[in-house]
Amino acid sequence: MNDMAAIILISVGVLFNIFGCIGLIRLPDMYNRLQAATKCVTLGCCSILLGVLVHFGIGSAGFRALVAIPILFFTATVAAHALVRGAYHFGTKMDKRSVKDDYREAVK
Amino acid sequence: MRYVALFILSMVFWLLITFKFSAANIAAGAVASAITAAIFGRYYFYNVYKFLQPRRWVWFIVYLTTFIWACIKANFDVAYRVLHPAMPIRPGIVKVKTTLQSEFARTLLANSITMTPGTITVDIIGDEMYIHWIYIRSEDPAQYTRMVIGRFEEYIKKFAE
Repeated sequence: MNDMAAIILISVGVLFNIFGCIGLIRLPDMYNRLQAATKCVTLGCCSILLGVLVHFGIGSAGFRALVAIPILFFTATVAAHALVRGAYHFGTKMDKRSVKDDYREAVK
Repeated sequence: MRYVALFILSMVFWLLITFKFSAANIAAGAVASAITAAIFGRYYFYNVYKFLQPRRWVWFIVYLTTFIWACIKANFDVAYRVLHPAMPIRPGIVKVKTTLQSEFARTLLANSITMTPGTITVDIIGDEMYIHWIYIRSEDPAQYTRMVIGRFEEYIKKFAE
Protein backbone atom coordinates (compact mmCIF):
# COMPACT_ATOMS: atom_id res chain seq x y z
CA MET A 1 0.00 0.00 0.00
CA ASN A 2 2.75 2.41 1.00
CA ASP A 3 4.79 1.44 -2.02
CA MET A 4 1.82 2.05 -4.28
CA ALA A 5 1.28 5.57 -2.87
CA ALA A 6 4.99 6.34 -3.16
CA ILE A 7 5.06 5.20 -6.78
CA ILE A 8 2.00 7.30 -7.63
CA LEU A 9 3.43 10.42 -5.96
CA ILE A 10 6.82 10.04 -7.66
CA SER A 11 5.19 9.40 -11.05
CA VAL A 12 3.05 12.53 -10.72
CA GLY A 13 6.17 14.49 -9.80
CA VAL A 14 8.09 13.24 -12.81
CA LEU A 15 5.09 13.96 -15.06
CA PHE A 16 4.96 17.59 -13.90
CA ASN A 17 8.68 17.94 -14.36
CA ILE A 18 8.22 16.77 -17.94
CA PHE A 19 5.46 19.38 -18.45
CA GLY A 20 7.86 22.00 -17.15
CA CYS A 21 10.51 20.91 -19.62
CA ILE A 22 8.04 20.94 -22.52
CA GLY A 23 7.08 24.45 -21.50
CA LEU A 24 10.71 25.45 -21.44
CA ILE A 25 10.97 24.47 -25.10
CA ARG A 26 7.54 25.53 -26.42
CA LEU A 27 6.87 28.90 -24.82
CA PRO A 28 8.10 31.93 -26.76
CA ASP A 29 10.18 34.20 -24.54
CA MET A 30 12.30 34.10 -21.42
CA TYR A 31 9.60 35.34 -19.03
CA ASN A 32 7.02 32.77 -20.08
CA ARG A 33 9.57 29.99 -19.99
CA LEU A 34 10.45 30.91 -16.44
CA GLN A 35 6.79 30.54 -15.49
CA ALA A 36 6.78 26.93 -16.63
CA ALA A 37 10.17 26.29 -15.08
CA THR A 38 9.27 27.59 -11.60
CA LYS A 39 5.76 26.28 -11.13
CA CYS A 40 5.83 22.84 -12.68
CA VAL A 41 9.31 21.95 -11.56
CA THR A 42 8.76 23.12 -7.96
CA LEU A 43 5.58 21.17 -7.42
CA GLY A 44 7.01 18.22 -9.33
CA CYS A 45 10.00 18.09 -7.00
CA CYS A 46 7.74 18.49 -3.96
CA SER A 47 5.67 15.57 -5.12
CA ILE A 48 8.79 13.44 -5.56
CA LEU A 49 9.96 14.41 -2.07
CA LEU A 50 6.57 13.47 -0.62
CA GLY A 51 6.91 10.14 -2.39
CA VAL A 52 10.29 9.68 -0.70
CA LEU A 53 8.69 10.50 2.66
CA VAL A 54 5.96 7.89 2.11
CA HIS A 55 8.47 5.30 0.96
CA PHE A 56 10.93 5.65 3.85
CA GLY A 57 8.35 6.51 6.50
CA ILE A 58 8.91 8.90 9.39
CA GLY A 59 12.63 8.66 10.02
CA SER A 60 15.95 10.14 9.07
CA ALA A 61 15.45 10.22 5.30
CA GLY A 62 11.75 11.04 5.51
CA PHE A 63 12.29 14.07 7.72
CA ARG A 64 15.00 15.38 5.46
CA ALA A 65 12.64 15.13 2.49
CA LEU A 66 9.98 16.99 4.47
CA VAL A 67 12.37 19.78 5.47
CA ALA A 68 13.54 20.12 1.87
CA ILE A 69 10.02 21.09 0.68
CA PRO A 70 9.78 24.56 2.30
CA ILE A 71 13.40 25.27 1.41
CA LEU A 72 12.65 24.40 -2.21
CA PHE A 73 9.65 26.73 -2.18
CA PHE A 74 11.57 29.69 -0.84
CA THR A 75 14.66 29.25 -3.01
CA ALA A 76 12.68 28.60 -6.22
CA THR A 77 10.53 31.69 -5.85
CA VAL A 78 13.44 33.94 -4.92
CA ALA A 79 15.52 32.55 -7.79
CA ALA A 80 12.66 33.13 -10.27
CA HIS A 81 12.25 36.69 -9.05
CA ALA A 82 15.97 37.40 -9.34
CA LEU A 83 16.18 35.84 -12.82
CA VAL A 84 13.18 37.67 -14.24
CA ARG A 85 14.29 41.02 -12.81
CA GLY A 86 17.86 40.51 -14.00
CA ALA A 87 16.67 39.58 -17.48
CA TYR A 88 14.52 42.70 -17.70
CA HIS A 89 17.33 44.99 -16.65
CA PHE A 90 19.69 43.23 -19.05
CA GLY A 91 17.27 44.12 -21.85
CA THR A 92 15.74 40.80 -22.82
CA LYS A 93 12.84 41.52 -25.20
CA MET A 94 9.32 40.39 -24.43
CA ASP A 95 7.45 38.32 -26.97
CA LYS A 96 5.48 40.04 -29.76
CA ARG A 97 2.20 38.75 -28.31
CA SER A 98 2.73 40.73 -25.10
CA VAL A 99 -0.10 43.19 -24.51
CA LYS A 100 1.10 45.32 -21.61
CA ASP A 101 4.32 46.52 -20.02
CA ASP A 102 3.90 48.74 -16.97
CA TYR A 103 7.42 48.09 -15.78
CA ARG A 104 9.13 50.06 -18.56
CA GLU A 105 8.18 53.46 -17.18
CA ALA A 106 9.15 52.46 -13.66
CA VAL A 107 12.65 51.40 -14.71
CA LYS A 108 13.41 54.63 -16.52
CA MET B 1 15.18 38.35 22.34
CA ARG B 2 15.18 38.14 18.57
CA TYR B 3 18.62 36.53 18.66
CA VAL B 4 17.18 33.81 20.89
CA ALA B 5 14.29 33.24 18.46
CA LEU B 6 16.66 32.81 15.53
CA PHE B 7 18.88 30.53 17.62
CA ILE B 8 15.95 28.25 18.47
CA LEU B 9 14.79 28.19 14.85
CA SER B 10 18.28 27.30 13.55
CA MET B 11 18.66 24.63 16.20
CA VAL B 12 15.35 22.96 15.34
CA PHE B 13 16.26 23.12 11.68
CA TRP B 14 19.66 21.54 12.34
CA LEU B 15 18.15 18.72 14.36
CA LEU B 16 15.54 17.99 11.69
CA ILE B 17 18.02 17.94 8.85
CA THR B 18 20.72 15.87 10.56
CA PHE B 19 18.30 13.76 12.60
CA LYS B 20 20.94 12.43 15.02
CA PHE B 21 20.55 13.10 18.71
CA SER B 22 24.05 12.32 20.00
CA ALA B 23 25.70 14.84 22.30
CA ALA B 24 28.42 15.69 19.76
CA ASN B 25 25.87 16.49 17.06
CA ILE B 26 23.79 18.67 19.35
CA ALA B 27 26.91 20.57 20.46
CA ALA B 28 27.97 21.17 16.84
CA GLY B 29 24.46 22.38 16.04
CA ALA B 30 24.47 24.74 19.00
CA VAL B 31 27.74 26.31 17.89
CA ALA B 32 26.55 26.69 14.29
CA SER B 33 23.19 28.14 15.40
CA ALA B 34 24.92 30.60 17.74
CA ILE B 35 27.12 31.86 14.91
CA THR B 36 24.08 32.16 12.59
CA ALA B 37 22.07 34.02 15.22
CA ALA B 38 24.96 36.37 15.97
CA ILE B 39 25.44 37.29 12.30
CA PHE B 40 21.85 37.39 10.99
CA GLY B 41 19.88 38.07 14.17
CA ARG B 42 19.41 41.74 13.49
CA TYR B 43 17.78 41.18 10.09
CA TYR B 44 14.81 39.06 11.15
CA PHE B 45 11.92 39.02 13.60
CA TYR B 46 11.42 42.62 14.55
CA ASN B 47 8.78 41.65 17.05
CA VAL B 48 9.21 38.17 18.51
CA TYR B 49 6.08 38.31 20.68
CA LYS B 50 3.90 38.01 17.58
CA PHE B 51 4.86 34.33 17.53
CA LEU B 52 3.06 33.79 20.80
CA GLN B 53 -0.36 34.98 19.63
CA PRO B 54 -2.52 31.95 18.70
CA ARG B 55 -4.77 34.05 16.43
CA ARG B 56 -1.84 34.50 14.04
CA TRP B 57 -1.20 30.77 13.86
CA VAL B 58 -4.84 30.10 12.92
CA TRP B 59 -4.61 32.60 10.07
CA PHE B 60 -1.29 31.12 9.06
CA ILE B 61 -2.91 27.70 8.63
CA VAL B 62 -5.78 29.24 6.63
CA TYR B 63 -3.20 30.97 4.44
CA LEU B 64 -1.19 27.75 4.02
CA THR B 65 -4.18 25.74 2.80
CA THR B 66 -5.18 28.47 0.32
CA PHE B 67 -1.59 28.65 -0.82
CA ILE B 68 -1.24 24.90 -1.41
CA TRP B 69 -4.52 24.81 -3.31
CA ALA B 70 -3.43 27.78 -5.48
CA CYS B 71 -0.13 26.02 -6.08
CA ILE B 72 -1.77 22.85 -7.37
CA LYS B 73 -4.09 24.91 -9.56
CA ALA B 74 -1.07 26.80 -10.92
CA ASN B 75 0.50 23.57 -12.07
CA PHE B 76 -2.55 22.39 -13.97
CA ASP B 77 -2.86 25.87 -15.46
CA VAL B 78 0.71 25.87 -16.77
CA ALA B 79 0.39 22.28 -17.97
CA TYR B 80 -2.77 23.23 -19.89
CA ARG B 81 -1.10 26.21 -21.58
CA VAL B 82 1.98 24.23 -22.46
CA LEU B 83 0.20 21.21 -23.90
CA HIS B 84 -2.54 23.13 -25.77
CA PRO B 85 -1.69 23.11 -29.50
CA ALA B 86 -2.49 26.82 -29.97
CA MET B 87 -0.78 27.89 -26.72
CA PRO B 88 -3.32 30.36 -25.24
CA ILE B 89 -0.99 33.02 -23.86
CA ARG B 90 -1.40 36.78 -23.59
CA PRO B 91 1.62 37.85 -21.55
CA GLY B 92 2.49 41.22 -20.08
CA ILE B 93 3.70 43.02 -16.98
CA VAL B 94 1.04 44.63 -14.81
CA LYS B 95 1.29 46.98 -11.86
CA VAL B 96 -0.65 46.28 -8.69
CA LYS B 97 -0.77 48.22 -5.45
CA THR B 98 -0.27 46.51 -2.11
CA THR B 99 -1.38 47.76 1.28
CA LEU B 100 1.06 45.63 3.27
CA GLN B 101 3.66 47.60 5.19
CA SER B 102 6.26 45.31 6.77
CA GLU B 103 9.02 43.87 4.61
CA PHE B 104 8.46 40.34 5.84
CA ALA B 105 4.80 40.46 4.80
CA ARG B 106 5.70 41.89 1.40
CA THR B 107 8.25 39.15 0.80
CA LEU B 108 5.66 36.53 1.66
CA LEU B 109 3.13 38.13 -0.68
CA ALA B 110 5.68 38.27 -3.51
CA ASN B 111 6.54 34.61 -2.98
CA SER B 112 2.88 33.61 -2.91
CA ILE B 113 2.20 35.50 -6.12
CA THR B 114 5.09 33.72 -7.81
CA MET B 115 3.61 30.34 -6.92
CA THR B 116 0.01 31.11 -7.96
CA PRO B 117 -1.38 30.51 -11.47
CA GLY B 118 0.44 32.34 -14.22
CA THR B 119 2.15 35.11 -12.27
CA ILE B 120 5.74 35.99 -11.31
CA THR B 121 6.74 38.99 -9.24
CA VAL B 122 9.31 41.06 -11.14
CA ASP B 123 9.97 43.94 -8.76
CA ILE B 124 8.63 45.95 -5.86
CA ILE B 125 9.09 49.72 -6.01
CA GLY B 126 7.52 51.61 -3.12
CA ASP B 127 3.94 50.40 -2.78
CA GLU B 128 3.72 48.97 -6.27
CA MET B 129 4.44 45.43 -7.33
CA TYR B 130 5.28 44.64 -10.95
CA ILE B 131 4.00 41.24 -11.97
CA HIS B 132 4.55 39.25 -15.12
CA TRP B 133 1.30 37.55 -16.05
CA ILE B 134 1.09 34.79 -18.62
CA TYR B 135 -2.54 35.46 -19.55
CA ILE B 136 -3.92 38.93 -18.80
CA ARG B 137 -7.61 38.38 -18.24
CA SER B 138 -8.70 41.96 -17.65
CA GLU B 139 -7.67 45.50 -18.55
CA ASP B 140 -9.17 47.16 -15.48
CA PRO B 141 -6.58 47.80 -12.73
CA ALA B 142 -8.99 47.24 -9.83
CA GLN B 143 -10.16 43.96 -11.29
CA TYR B 144 -6.75 42.51 -12.07
CA THR B 145 -5.40 43.59 -8.71
CA ARG B 146 -8.08 41.44 -7.11
CA MET B 147 -7.34 38.54 -9.46
CA VAL B 148 -3.59 38.59 -8.86
CA ILE B 149 -3.43 39.25 -5.15
CA GLY B 150 -6.56 37.25 -4.41
CA ARG B 151 -7.21 36.50 -0.80
CA PHE B 152 -3.52 36.28 0.06
CA GLU B 153 -3.17 39.90 1.01
CA GLU B 154 -5.81 39.86 3.74
CA TYR B 155 -4.60 36.57 5.18
CA ILE B 156 -0.98 37.72 5.25
CA LYS B 157 -2.05 40.99 6.81
CA LYS B 158 -3.79 39.08 9.59
CA PHE B 159 -0.87 36.89 10.57
CA ALA B 160 2.31 38.70 9.58
CA GLU B 161 1.69 42.35 10.34
